[in-house]
Amino acid sequence: MKLSEIRDILDAKVIVGEDKLDLEITTAFGADLMSDVLAFARSGCLLITGLSNPQSVRTAYALDIAAILVCRGKSLTDKFVEISQELNIPILWTRYIMFEVCGMLYKEGLTGCVTQIQDSEDKQIA
Amino acid sequence: MPSDEYLQGIYYIQGRDFVDAGIVSSEIKKSLKDKGIPESIIRRVAVITFEAEVNMISYSEQGTIQLFIEPDAITIQADDIGQGIEDIELAQQEGYSTADDSIRELGFGAGMGLANIKKYSDIFEITSNPGDGAHLKSVVKL
Repeated sequence: MKLSEIRDILDAKVIVGEDKLDLEITTAFGADLMSDVLAFARSGCLLITGLSNPQSVRTAYALDIAAILVCRGKSLTDKFVEISQELNIPILWTRYIMFEVCGMLYKEGLTGCVTQIQDSEDKQIA
Repeated sequence: MPSDEYLQGIYYIQGRDFVDAGIVSSEIKKSLKDKGIPESIIRRVAVITFEAEVNMISYSEQGTIQLFIEPDAITIQADDIGQGIEDIELAQQEGYSTADDSIRELGFGAGMGLANIKKYSDIFEITSNPGDGAHLKSVVKL
């Protein structure tokens, strides 16, 4: 699914990355706890979060996450936008709550970047 | 610790500097990209340094992260001055945390930090003298 389709489905605003709307995204991870994102998310996914601070952008950058969708209409600071531009990470913003966002995107074919957390000691971050 | 000839950088971290948490991890990632290190390795180092940095900001007065690149491994050495860790075994347990609200507001402080560092390290060592500080070494093999 293209980033532009995600924008349309969620009636989202593009805050950063107008030039990256053709980006193909097939998986997503939703969380507000960045330690869980760092532990379980995968590169190339969409990060759905209500945490609109610089740390969510830096977390996305650490894992090569494709884009961030800020949900629940959380307010965005200038610093957040500035760091997203600097690290070249597209930001979408929607008023829908996380549950609605996940449901709407799943219905259209987006899946989790992992489905269940395993006990295995896999050290690779795909 | 690897010999100084492999030292790539020393990064300084100020305790309680919550706004910039993660900036060192981002800088280390950028520098590793420039060196052509494989992406999957860089992601592991980025996660390890991010969590180490958040720990120092949360629980120390100040600290350093040293990055060593040897032909067969990347070593992250994180040393801080501060309260240290009372019970290292307990601190490594997922879900155990002594974090306050200022840490939780960043999206951290749920007791995953050391567990995450351990998860993505090939070698992981941590020592602490409570009241003095903590010393963490993480090796990612190339």
